[in-house]
Amino acid sequence: MNIEHITKKLSESHGWQAKYREIMLLGKQLPALPDALKVDSALVSGCDSKVWLYLDLDENAQQLVLIADSDTRIVKGLLAIIIAAYASKTPEQASQFNAYELFESLGLIAHLSPSRGNGIRAIVEQIQAKAELLK
Amino acid sequence: MTDIQSLRNDFPILNKQLDGQPLCYLDSAATAQKPNKVIDVIKTFYQDENSNVHRGLHTLSENATVRYESARETIASFLNVETREIVWTSGATESLNLLAYGLSACFNSDSVIAISPFEHHANIVPWQEACQRTGATLLVLPMLDGVLDEQGAIALLKQHKPDVLAMGHVSNALGNIHPIESLISVCKAIGTITVIDGAQSLLHLRPDLKALDCDFYVFSAHKALGPTGVGGLYGKYQQLNALPVYKTGGEMIREVSFERSSYREAPGKFEPGTPNISGVIGFAAAIDYINEIDPSALQRYEQTLYHALLEKLKQIEGITVYGDTQNNVGVVSFNYKSEHHYDLATLLNTYGVAVRSGHHCTQPLMKMLKVNGTVRASLAFYNNQDDIEHFINALNATIELLD
Repeated sequence: MNIEHITKKLSESHGWQAKYREIMLLGKQLPALPDALKVDSALVSGCDSKVWLYLDLDENAQQLVLIADSDTRIVKGLLAIIIAAYASKTPEQASQFNAYELFESLGLIAHLSPSRGNGIRAIVEQIQAKAELLK
Repeated sequence: MTDIQSLRNDFPILNKQLDGQPLCYLDSAATAQKPNKVIDVIKTFYQDENSNVHRGLHTLSENATVRYESARETIASFLNVETREIVWTSGATESLNLLAYGLSACFNSDSVIAISPFEHHANIVPWQEACQRTGATLLVLPMLDGVLDEQGAIALLKQHKPDVLAMGHVSNALGNIHPIESLISVCKAIGTITVIDGAQSLLHLRPDLKALDCDFYVFSAHKALGPTGVGGLYGKYQQLNALPVYKTGGEMIREVSFERSSYREAPGKFEPGTPNISGVIGFAAAIDYINEIDPSALQRYEQTLYHALLEKLKQIEGITVYGDTQNNVGVVSFNYKSEHHYDLATLLNTYGVAVRSGHHCTQPLMKMLKVNGTVRASLAFYNNQDDIEHFINALNATIELLD
């Protein structure tokens, strides 16, 4: 899944129901995390729903590798967008990437506000912090 | 029958449109909406009357003090207790902390504090802290299929003779009305102090505390049409006045020297600092508003709405409703198949439906119900059949999106 495709799909969906339908479909395409990896140490804290996140560096390609899952469909769909946005970026590129601008352009900024409590902000912050360490 | 439409007109927010859709507010258990009467009183206070209480000799301060103290009379007469038995606090949570702290002065390692399994975290954690400080034990009463096991609870109380029973009159997560009358009478016989969390019952049940005969009762204004950040504590006067002070500062003192200080009698000794004056006055306006409406007509109306909602919900295949549907103030706490409550509530919101989702600050209860949370739709008298239609249509559309 690439981010251009996602952006196009979402911009074509009018109304919140259509947007959420698209987001949930994106979530369905994201591979499910094996239960063995759904461990508390991988949970992103600050999320209302459960979000498990793994981030590593492909040493050869010098690109970020992200896998993540959630127990809710909507958050899983939002994770698919985040993963598509960060995957294949070098740690350098990732730490400079502005996820808020992306969500703004997708009309999903409400999901980044702290009051939504869905932890998308927490996920993005965690990715940024890890990317910083991998630089 | 009370004219609900004319009551609805008293609540300006109910005419609000969200994203071009009418608001369907089914989250009154989180906080009730406010009538114009409350909004106007608070606005007028700051505009024309603002002054500190108990301090000045000037006219504004005198007037504010009279309003503040007469608000105490308003709530006291609403609850059928003495005016000096009402302490203003920031809400039920602070009241419970004050009680757990104050009563724990008499706890030791033999003490037992009983709570129900339905308690809000605010009626669990302060007692847990008190137990940790004193070595006392926390005892949880039993439940069967989401309903308090009354006989089991009575047997357990008689067996352990706890120092304190602290429990909600009504469950915030499920809406269950608990049989506190029978539990309080058992507690009286065995010498157990009763603390009733009335956060969810004040508006719906208008309890007569003299008849209930509990020792303490706590409440929040905002759940009963009043403003946020204010609430109170009732205590039988001797017992209330015997509690040690919980917060100290100005206003609650009789005399202060650098060596020692002496305190006023209750309720004053529990109210240090400048109080939430506009909040207290706004709360009294809310009680005045409630007093104008016939309680039995309102309760009948709320029950009719609740059962209409429950019946429509049960017709949807895959819905599980939790809790006591016989004795309920008008809360449906439910899940749909294995769908996450977060997805349900987020999608319902896109149709202008405001519900709460999650554990409702009752994580131990959710664990006992073997769920990680529920969707909670909670009614108040200002809801109508249109709200129920709106909600059911939105829920069916949500389910279609998910299936």
